[in-house]
Amino acid sequence: MQFSEHWLRNWVNPSLSSEELSYLLTMAGLEVEETTAAAPAFTGVVIGEVKECVKHENADRLRVTKVDVGTGELVQIVCGAPNVAVGVRVPCALPGAVLPGDFKIKPTKMRGVESGGMLCSGKELGVPEDVDGLMLLPADAPVGQNIRDYLGLDDQLFTLKITPNRADCLSIKGIAREVAALTGAALQAQTITAIAPQIDDVVPVAIAAPQACGRYIGRVIRNVNAAAPTPDWMKRRLERSGLRSISAIVDVTNYVLLEQGQPMHAFDLAKLDGGITVRMAKAGEQLLCLNEKTVTLAEDNLVIADNAKVLAIAGIMGGEKSGVTTASTDIMLESAFFAPAAIAGKARAWGFGSDSSFRFERGVDFELQRDAMERATELVLSICGGEAGPLNEQVAELPVRKGVKVRTARVARLLGITLSTEQIATILTRLGLVFDTLEDGFLVHAPSFRYDIEIEEDLIEEVARVHGYDAIPYEAPAARLRMLALPEERRPREDIRHFLAGRDYQEVVSYAFVEEVWERDFAGNADPVRLINPIASQMSVMRSSLIGGLVNVLQGNLNRKQPRVRVFEVARVFGKNAAGKADETTQPEKVAGLAWGPRVAEQWGAKAERIDFYDVKADVEALLLPAQASFTKAAHPAFHPGRCAEISLNGKVIGVMGELHPKWAQQYGLPTPPVLFELDLAAVEQRTATKAQLVSKLQPVRRDLALVVDEQVTVAAMLDTFRQHASALVKEVALFDVYRGKGVEEGKKSLAFRVVLQDDARTLTDEDVEPAIQKLLDAVANAHAAQLRL
Amino acid sequence: MTNVDAILQAGLAAVEAVSDLIELEQVKARYLGKSGELTELLKQLGKLPPEERKAAGATINVAKQAFETAHNARRDLINAQKLEAQLAAESLDVTLPGRGLSTGGLHPVALTLERIATLFRSMGFQVADGPEIETDFHNFQALNIPENHPARAMADTFYVEGGDVLRTHTSPIQVRYMLNNEPPIKIVAPGRVYRVDSDATHSPMFHQMEGLWVEEGVSFADLKAVVTDFLRRFFERDDLQVRFRPSFFPFTEPSAEIDVLGERGWLEVGGCGMVHPNVLRNVNIDPEKYSGFAFGIGLDRFAMLRYGVNDLRLFFENDLNFLKQFN
Repeated sequence: MQFSEHWLRNWVNPSLSSEELSYLLTMAGLEVEETTAAAPAFTGVVIGEVKECVKHENADRLRVTKVDVGTGELVQIVCGAPNVAVGVRVPCALPGAVLPGDFKIKPTKMRGVESGGMLCSGKELGVPEDVDGLMLLPADAPVGQNIRDYLGLDDQLFTLKITPNRADCLSIKGIAREVAALTGAALQAQTITAIAPQIDDVVPVAIAAPQACGRYIGRVIRNVNAAAPTPDWMKRRLERSGLRSISAIVDVTNYVLLEQGQPMHAFDLAKLDGGITVRMAKAGEQLLCLNEKTVTLAEDNLVIADNAKVLAIAGIMGGEKSGVTTASTDIMLESAFFAPAAIAGKARAWGFGSDSSFRFERGVDFELQRDAMERATELVLSICGGEAGPLNEQVAELPVRKGVKVRTARVARLLGITLSTEQIATILTRLGLVFDTLEDGFLVHAPSFRYDIEIEEDLIEEVARVHGYDAIPYEAPAARLRMLALPEERRPREDIRHFLAGRDYQEVVSYAFVEEVWERDFAGNADPVRLINPIASQMSVMRSSLIGGLVNVLQGNLNRKQPRVRVFEVARVFGKNAAGKADETTQPEKVAGLAWGPRVAEQWGAKAERIDFYDVKADVEALLLPAQASFTKAAHPAFHPGRCAEISLNGKVIGVMGELHPKWAQQYGLPTPPVLFELDLAAVEQRTATKAQLVSKLQPVRRDLALVVDEQVTVAAMLDTFRQHASALVKEVALFDVYRGKGVEEGKKSLAFRVVLQDDARTLTDEDVEPAIQKLLDAVANAHAAQLRL
Repeated sequence: MTNVDAILQAGLAAVEAVSDLIELEQVKARYLGKSGELTELLKQLGKLPPEERKAAGATINVAKQAFETAHNARRDLINAQKLEAQLAAESLDVTLPGRGLSTGGLHPVALTLERIATLFRSMGFQVADGPEIETDFHNFQALNIPENHPARAMADTFYVEGGDVLRTHTSPIQVRYMLNNEPPIKIVAPGRVYRVDSDATHSPMFHQMEGLWVEEGVSFADLKAVVTDFLRRFFERDDLQVRFRPSFFPFTEPSAEIDVLGERGWLEVGGCGMVHPNVLRNVNIDPEKYSGFAFGIGLDRFAMLRYGVNDLRLFFENDLNFLKQFN
């Protein structure tokens, strides 16, 4: 909400500077987002009247004027503005004046004629006006007066951020009330007098939705001059509140909205067909609104209707066809109370709101309607003339304010400071809250303009706010010490991140909403969780895999000419349950990584070798240690069918890794495919605390076995067979070399295994070792036709 | 016995003349070997008259020792020179860069989160977590934000098919945690949150962290203390000015915005307040017995302030040149 400080100070004028007032409001919860000067700084400009005006002898476009500036002597000023004429009153900058932009005015000669000042346009004073040329002032503008005083330019515009609970501060009156409560400064009482009816005309009003419309006041005013100009003072206040002047009657309704906080509406009486009914809309009814949008109404929309049609959406926006225009002669003013629940959220559904709906959905003072109507009537009559009819007030269900109890002890307990009963009573009184004193506290009756005093804590907040949050001391809290649990079998997430960073992966954060095609390409997901209102079409579905995001990060960094990219992300992914919904069980967290480019960053002493499947596999294996993951060849839509593995721990699949399918590399513009992995974070977080084993002090024996097998035989299959047939002496079997080529038949490979044998009790001899080795050789010969390479 | 002296002088000269260990040993053999010149003299002692034998033997032994001393010195010198030459040959350019894998690093927001979580753990807060697609109940209703509440317009919400929402704040985590745990409750809950907004200062996805302490007797004064302490520790400035400014959140009462005094005036860094009794009731905690405070901060904003980043979007562009600065 934006308003003029001058206007507020007409209502309440505490002895505070603008800055102090701004700080006070902010610290009371009415945050001042911005204060701006109504006009830039300038000096030496007074109101002048042009007494003479003749053409300049040496210049077609210039006029030589004599101007009365209130000093008793006329000043000669040369002026080039098209609208200069005898009799106009205009701002006149005299020698010594400094205009915005540090423009100094001095006596000068223009084409040989003396000029002792400058007649000013609005633009030159930083007060833009629609008029081309000089700023024309009213005929009664006092000659000689400083223009800043006359136009009230030494004003500040305050922009407040009013929280949804403080609808009572969405008006000058409300802010003034708050400032008075906070400072103790007197509130200038405004006297609103009832206008005696001059005519009897009444439009009948029926409230058919009593819960939604608590009060409706209509008043007919006939024979108005709706084309009358809006007075400058009103225009100025509207403009300084951020509203444009439209026409006198509309301006009056807006003015009352700003001053009192009561949204109003003006109908053209000629366009009404019979009486007014305030009712719920019938489904499918339509209205062309003032903002030129046609709205289709639903049964939960409250409308103002006449016998034939919907006239307006109650509290939100009037209809284009029934509103007052400058051609109207008879009007009906509306001042009503609509319940917040009847208005809230409705306008948002159509994508528009109004100053009116903004206030009604937060809560308008339900005792304000009559005052607002009288104030508006007074203003219409004084500006547009006319004869007013009587008030036609219909009352239905109004909000009920229940007493709210606040206990002194509870105030102390919740705030952590002790306030006496007297201190609390003083604060309540300053806020204008009526209360009964109880044994242990107060029973407070909230006024009709406060919608935020429903429970004890609301009052405690009011007490704290007025006492000042700053006045609540802070000392280190005293509490029972309890040590946090630190389960060793659950690895902290930080460790996982640090591990990957230590292995040369850079952490990235990418959006959870992705392009639908990524889901199809990289996750084979034809039915992702879709957003109803995505911010852009390429961010329309929730990802079920981090792979697409990492590929996208790679693309971006390749565009920035990165020679090598290794990135990881830890994030949640999203799927659907059996019922087709995302619930807490379908949003697991994943850790995923991508590596592309040379194995190590370009450096001396290392060949530029491209990273491959096995480099990344080593990272994954190391990440999962001490657990031993098993890798099984698998098919996955993102990956090369021959270079993809499913990763399992204890027989449970926990992830996948592979080289990106060459077709995606091509499609996504990657010169070579990256290698990626994606694991369930929960599985990576699990860790078995070590149970220490006795380490044998005896010499181990090592035997190396080079075995020739068919290409299809996997290392894992060989190791499995070894494991099944290993005697108790065999401590370790591990692959250390793979050889293809000379000496090994085409279609076969030689796998070299290291077998380590050891006994806990004695040193092994050949007689112990040979049978154990032979058993292993026989087993792989049987299972995989493995032959010792000779 | 001038012969002895002449032989010794010749031997010493020969030792001095060699610069190679093998040659040195050959010289030694020439004088002290089985038929070396000095050895030969000793052999001839028997031919001398008995009265001369003793003195002659002593003279030869002195010469022999002198030769050995010279030989050993020469050997040590040659060894030392050899080692020196080897070391000189082996010397490296120590300014050549180290080889092998480099290291990666954490995202600045993760770094920020880690510091903050560590600070709060030191005060006994646990880290809690929750889903990002949330029900209307957990994201709004349980937090005292009924349908059509104007506060819903404060957070422009992403909806997924079926009516659930992308959480607009981390507050639903506190709802879930309170539903599943009894007081005392002390948690911080970091995570990604979503709002329909995108410009230099807003990202449709960003990071928040929620803090919650529910226990008997927790007060607004405690809230001020914990938050102030945290901000001073985070920014590592004991004199950091912190102010609490009345505000409104549907889930806290009283509520406050948290401002810190920066070089360019007061800067809003978060929101906080005493947990609204309706929220406690919604999670089956008796507000008469327990009270609590909650606060929420923007992790991205804290990362920006801490590391001097001025455009939020940089955190989500994943430009390695930007990210590697934090390694």
